[in-house]
Amino acid sequence: MKLTINGNPVEAQPGDTILAALKRQGIHVPTLCHMEGMLPSGACRICVVEVEGQNNLIPSCSFPAAEGMKVQTNSPRVINARKTVVELLLGSHPDDCLYCAKQPTCDLSRLAREYGVRDRRFPVAKKKKPLDISSPSISRDPDKCILCGKCVRVCEEVQSVACIDFVKRGSDSFIGCAFDSSLNVSSCVNCGQCINVCPTGALMEKSDIQPVLDALTNGDKYVVVQHAPSISVSLAEEFGLPAGSDVNGVMTAALRKMGFKAVFDTSFAADLTIMEEASELAHRVKNGGVLPMMTSCSPGWIKFVETFYPELLPNLSTCKSPQQMLGAMIKTYYAKKQGIDPASIYSVSVMPCTAKKFEVTRPEMGRDGNPDIDAVVTTRELAQMLRIYGMDLKTLQPEEPDLPFGDRSTAGKLFGASGGVMEAALRTAHFLLTGRELGNLKVEAVRGQNGIKEAKLKIGALEVGVAAVSGLGNARKLAEEIKNGRKDLHFIEVMTCPGGCINGGGQPFARNKAAIAERMRALYNIDATEKVRTSHSNKAVQSLYKDFLGKPLGEKSHHLLHTKYKARKAADVA
Amino acid sequence: MSVPSKVGKVLESHSFAKRDKLIPILQEVQAADGYISKQAVLKVAAHLNIPASKVYGVATFYNQFRFKPVGRYHIMICRGTACHVKGSAGVLKMCEEVLGIKAGDTTRDGLFSIETVACIGACGLAPVISINGEFHAKITSDKLRKLVQDIRKTEAQNAAK
Repeated sequence: MKLTINGNPVEAQPGDTILAALKRQGIHVPTLCHMEGMLPSGACRICVVEVEGQNNLIPSCSFPAAEGMKVQTNSPRVINARKTVVELLLGSHPDDCLYCAKQPTCDLSRLAREYGVRDRRFPVAKKKKPLDISSPSISRDPDKCILCGKCVRVCEEVQSVACIDFVKRGSDSFIGCAFDSSLNVSSCVNCGQCINVCPTGALMEKSDIQPVLDALTNGDKYVVVQHAPSISVSLAEEFGLPAGSDVNGVMTAALRKMGFKAVFDTSFAADLTIMEEASELAHRVKNGGVLPMMTSCSPGWIKFVETFYPELLPNLSTCKSPQQMLGAMIKTYYAKKQGIDPASIYSVSVMPCTAKKFEVTRPEMGRDGNPDIDAVVTTRELAQMLRIYGMDLKTLQPEEPDLPFGDRSTAGKLFGASGGVMEAALRTAHFLLTGRELGNLKVEAVRGQNGIKEAKLKIGALEVGVAAVSGLGNARKLAEEIKNGRKDLHFIEVMTCPGGCINGGGQPFARNKAAIAERMRALYNIDATEKVRTSHSNKAVQSLYKDFLGKPLGEKSHHLLHTKYKARKAADVA
Repeated sequence: MSVPSKVGKVLESHSFAKRDKLIPILQEVQAADGYISKQAVLKVAAHLNIPASKVYGVATFYNQFRFKPVGRYHIMICRGTACHVKGSAGVLKMCEEVLGIKAGDTTRDGLFSIETVACIGACGLAPVISINGEFHAKITSDKLRKLVQDIRKTEAQNAAK
């Protein structure tokens, strides 16, 4: 199919929209409501182009390319229309860009800059809806919302949670929960995917930077930090380094320079999780326990099951997430070993995830009225703190993490990507059930960005059915199959966010899906190049069991590393 | 005083309904209950297997749906062109002041509710309001005050009996 774009001949493929054809040619057309890989909605009109023979300007995101079409992407009429769209959107938009947490990544202010909007052409009364800061994870500012609808779509079409939608009509319309309730009482699972697609500052993570800064300057507090497996491969993007750069060592150095007394790696606790979870799986398989067992590392998924599938609660692994396991170990084992009062420890975790902020508030995640984790900051918030402290990742010298929670296997590191928990668990489950290592440690079938990955594997005489799903929409599909009697699966890994933690709601705003693939590749690369690749061969984990925990699923583990769940009532679910 | 919702009955008559029946169902629920309650939204959503946020979104899109029970005296204020020219904006404002509620709301005692309508179709009587379907022509500030007072008096007498 041949098109003429700005006077040049261009080849398009059948089924292309004009936008898709333009993109392939490297011709940039701005978009606000467009979502890669999803049906166009055509709501914002910023992507208009001029098509010969059409009276009106055409939204390129939703208009099919056709043979012989003549397209102008930057005629004066087009540019004027786009500028007007921005000016109209700015009509009722707040003026606080200088103080807005979304800067400098706000798409609306970028477009205003690119199209040279220098004044408020359409002054309209400002909307004055209250902030919704009810959620521990997500803060909503409806006044900054431009009604592009991306959050609604990601919540419904990707995550199948659908706790938000357009409410009312015309100039009264806004995005809200059912009954205009606040997020905390809704079925929102706190995943933060809405934040990642929001073009403005209407949706942001609930910031926990200040309490951490306060703790760091409070001499009475022993402030420690842990960072999740996916942080070291995504943080770099916040500092202009290529996607997929691993900054583990310099990040450790920077955290130490900021004043954290100890820098731990959550991947260590991921290994610990695997010891417990693989043992639990082996136990369930041997003793006729509830199968398929489902992973419990992803707090969005946990809340999803509690809200929508309480009948599947017995399928969830009782293991706490790695964050909570390490939190518990820091305030018990580590505190005792160092001779510190657990109450004086301020435990921070850096997570790719906004739901982790919710997880730490769960009343069962602590003891004696003390939470195991005191504050969770996202990758983006960590970057912000590094800037405040003037840390330059490009010039710092890499440093080693603190012991005993610094050593990890690459299996623990794989937790950051969809399929990683499964791969790590299979390596150890195989060893636990057969006494031998898995022939090929790399389990290709559960790697990659597909939303549902399934495999059948031989562990000894047993054929094991496994699935790794990411994105709650995919998880819902599988949950329905299991509800309807599907029996061939033994173990299911679920990650709330599409692709896993590397695409979490707290990660740097990625320009495209390729960046996510790079983060994933970086984790695989670590697994391919290091020696200790199974959780059970992690020496630090072994000695933790010897010194303190006893054995996996033992009494201490039961108290400190396992938890239980219960059905949850949401205001918008009958 | 809460009346048991008839939403269950309405849904029974739509056993195998799909999402395209959402609006007719909401209309029937409102006809039966007088308004769309939270429980009704949740039940309709569960029945049609669509999220409650979606049901709420659709219901709030249309002016015809209300989310509070109407008062025993439902006042409809015409905001059509003729009434507007004759000062219906002032009538609405006054009505809101006298009753202490906004259009779309119901007074706390459940006695009055106000609704604005685009045109009642009685332009010759502008500005016109209707109370429980009964029209009151050429409304002025005094007339409105008197109407409300009379209703309150009758209700108080009835309550005393």
